[in-house]
Amino acid sequence: MRRPKSVPVPELIFKKSRPGRVGCNLPVADTPEVDLQAELGELRDDLPLPEVAELDLLRHFTHLSHLNYGIETGFYPLGSCTMKYNPKINEKTASLTGFTHLHPMQPVSSMAGAVELLLGLQDILKELTGFNEITLQPVAGAHGEMTCLMMVKAYHESRGEGASRKTVLVPDSAHGTNPASAVRCGYDVKSIPTNAEGLTDLQTLENFLDSSIAAIMLTNPSTLALFEKNIHEICDMAHRVGAQVFCDGANMNAMVGVTRPGDHGFDCMHLNLHKTFSTPHGGGGPGCGAIGIKSHLEPFLPYPVITRKDGMPFKDYNRPQSIGKVSSFYGQFLMAVRAYTYLLAFGKEGVAQIARHAVLNANYVQARLKDWIPPAHDRFCMHECVLTAAKFKKQGIRALDISKRLIDYGFHPPTNYFPLIVPEALMIEPTETECKETLDAFCDALIAISKEAEENPDLLHQAPASQVVGRLDETAAVKQLDVNYYKS
Amino acid sequence: MPYIPHTDEDRREMLATIGVGSIDDLFADIPDNLRLKTQLNIPSALDEYRLYGHLFDLAHKNSSAANTVCFLGAGIYDRYIPATVGAVISRGEFLTSYTPYQPELSQGYLQAIYEFQSMVAALYGMEVANASMYDGATAMAEAALMASTINNRKKVVVSQSVHPNYRAVLHTYCWSVGLNVEEISAPDGTTENYSKVDADTACVIVQNPNFFGSLEDLERAREAARTTNALFIVVADPIACALLKPPGEYGADIVVGEGQSLGIPMGMGGPLLGLFTCKSEHVRRIPGRIVGKTVDHDGRTGYVMTLRTREQDIRREKATSNICTNEALMGLAALVYMTAMGKNGMKRVAETTVRNSRYAMAKLADTGCKIKFGGKVFGEFVLETPIDATVVQVKLMQKGILAGLPLGPFYPALQNCLLVAVTETRTREQIDDYAVKLKEVLS
Repeated sequence: MRRPKSVPVPELIFKKSRPGRVGCNLPVADTPEVDLQAELGELRDDLPLPEVAELDLLRHFTHLSHLNYGIETGFYPLGSCTMKYNPKINEKTASLTGFTHLHPMQPVSSMAGAVELLLGLQDILKELTGFNEITLQPVAGAHGEMTCLMMVKAYHESRGEGASRKTVLVPDSAHGTNPASAVRCGYDVKSIPTNAEGLTDLQTLENFLDSSIAAIMLTNPSTLALFEKNIHEICDMAHRVGAQVFCDGANMNAMVGVTRPGDHGFDCMHLNLHKTFSTPHGGGGPGCGAIGIKSHLEPFLPYPVITRKDGMPFKDYNRPQSIGKVSSFYGQFLMAVRAYTYLLAFGKEGVAQIARHAVLNANYVQARLKDWIPPAHDRFCMHECVLTAAKFKKQGIRALDISKRLIDYGFHPPTNYFPLIVPEALMIEPTETECKETLDAFCDALIAISKEAEENPDLLHQAPASQVVGRLDETAAVKQLDVNYYKS
Repeated sequence: MPYIPHTDEDRREMLATIGVGSIDDLFADIPDNLRLKTQLNIPSALDEYRLYGHLFDLAHKNSSAANTVCFLGAGIYDRYIPATVGAVISRGEFLTSYTPYQPELSQGYLQAIYEFQSMVAALYGMEVANASMYDGATAMAEAALMASTINNRKKVVVSQSVHPNYRAVLHTYCWSVGLNVEEISAPDGTTENYSKVDADTACVIVQNPNFFGSLEDLERAREAARTTNALFIVVADPIACALLKPPGEYGADIVVGEGQSLGIPMGMGGPLLGLFTCKSEHVRRIPGRIVGKTVDHDGRTGYVMTLRTREQDIRREKATSNICTNEALMGLAALVYMTAMGKNGMKRVAETTVRNSRYAMAKLADTGCKIKFGGKVFGEFVLETPIDATVVQVKLMQKGILAGLPLGPFYPALQNCLLVAVTETRTREQIDDYAVKLKEVLS
């Protein structure tokens, strides 16, 4: 896992370019030649793309891959991101040409298998979440949040309350996408403080609630990894003033088969299929942001709604109250193939084991570490645990230093400094696919690092020492901005 | 249980360490009335062999470009994907990583994104590209919102020759934040009248080649934007940019596009790749992630996500966009594609597209149909048929040809028109066959 410093960073691909080389067995045209200038008008002078032979191309990217860390490299307990194993069978099914070669605008009658899959996945997700309708059109989690809020906005407008409901309430523990998505829907954002228990305080919430509130965005379990035990009452309170309640589904991995957000009283939620249902994160995308809604929001779904009419696949564009289209076509279809494959591997017999073992693993890590790095809230956590490294501040050690040192021990660090309300937060999400030995090795490393923090804090300050680069100068990156080789 | 490694002994030991008797005890915070008591009503589990069989059967219920001959484009193209693309993007170190929040562990991806940004900017003739957007439509909508924040104007002018789905997404995004969208017509296949552009106009949006495959007069579009200091936004096809003078050289402020042609399967339209570029003066307004070059404490070159104070996880409600997850893996695919093709291959793909489409235009016009619009086109054109184009499409589908897109649902005046795309993967024989079968259908 550890790599010596001496492994050089590969040169940029541009430096490997030699005129005349080509990295692919190029297509050969068998149609007549044309005069490009006459056909197209003004042509470009130069196309500054690299010219590299195929083997050198592969070596370049293989080398780059060696400088990258994925779940298949090692433990990746990045809190809030659900970095679980991405089964290979999902890649195989998503590579079937009957899926990859589908054109989104071909007649829907010619895509019976795809429609059957999408409707089948929607049915499973309805049952898992307790919502009446699902759409798979949003293409990422934040996009799903935004789509939900757009539907909420359209709902209020349909009731003549669009102009009066201008504010969205977001807890101070929320993901940054929540307030950013609310602004994208034209809303003002008010932050609600979390109470000492780590939960939404009912009295505080009451003070915020009035007829100007369009929606509350809640994460359940919260980003503190605690279940909002008063969730039903919170939803009732919001509904009493006519507000809608959105569930940020980033933490669905704690609930699969155990409890359903639709039953909690939420009106809508987004799911990250790339988290809970194990489609690969790909270095930060593609995601897949399915959303679930209750029936009263159904008229506002993005169009076209993919459905069946008289038993035949049908794209329903006749949606007069729809918010409109939210992405180029129908969402991340090949990601939906992977999520569907994943869910059928568990089926009704096994699906609850996902959440049960995710919660078991998180509590095991919390229990093993609590004497060394205490949890922010000393009670059972859900699928992740949030620790606070504040006690190391007297040695000048911060959460980031601990994380960087973990890299030297061969692990990907947890999420740092989030949620924002926990001082020196380390948010650890092991997921259910990690075995006990891996968790033990990780805990042993953190315990060793805790001792190093007392005895030899410089080791932490200088970490990581095992990678091709040490900590990078982010200020210099901004000041001497270089984001394009050709302009540098 | 698949993918869950725990043995009974593991569970016993772990529960003992935690100090509880059962996994159920860990869910004590969930009120009893919210706990599921019965098995959910979803399908039963399938073993891996049956699971693959089930998905194989579903895939084979579809007609696709794998078992028909595809002349359907409209923004998504049946292009060849070099084998190297799949080989690189399926490497677990890339495929199963997340956003490079820890740059020391992510130098491979970060360097790749830097290379991607450089090539996309070069292709479009622009100064700055970001690390990707979701798709072409959302990239265009984000560009319009960005323009509005730059000049604080509230009206977006878009040509009707821009992809109808892109305009639909633009309308949704603009409604949501309270911007007005005005469409300008393109009755003869290209944008004609820019008189709606005024002092309230934040931006003017055209597409090149446009939805009909026609080449727009970008000089004129730019001048229309310039006269009122509106921003000039171009939606551009990256393959066409291998030959055409790129939008950046026409003075575009923001250039966006769909990157699917660059090594990404059609996949029923997702995942795709939104390309986003702009002039460097606007870089601090750009949505999404950007990777920059820097050094570590020992002076070694490295790459980091930069200008992070634009992003939602730091700026929350003051962020330039709510985008978090993007399309990094598709960006990597595009990078490998552009490297594999290189300067000469990209030009070859574009040139072959032009040759094939010219041959198809001549052949198909010889069947009693006509090419609807005059003017220059790139690889796609509008074919007017003597009968309803939807009927033509259905009949040719039965003969194994995806004939193109009937335009009636999007442009009522074009009820008898098919949008036909001819990429580099089509052959002379396939085009001849299309012409023969079209004649049969029309006779």
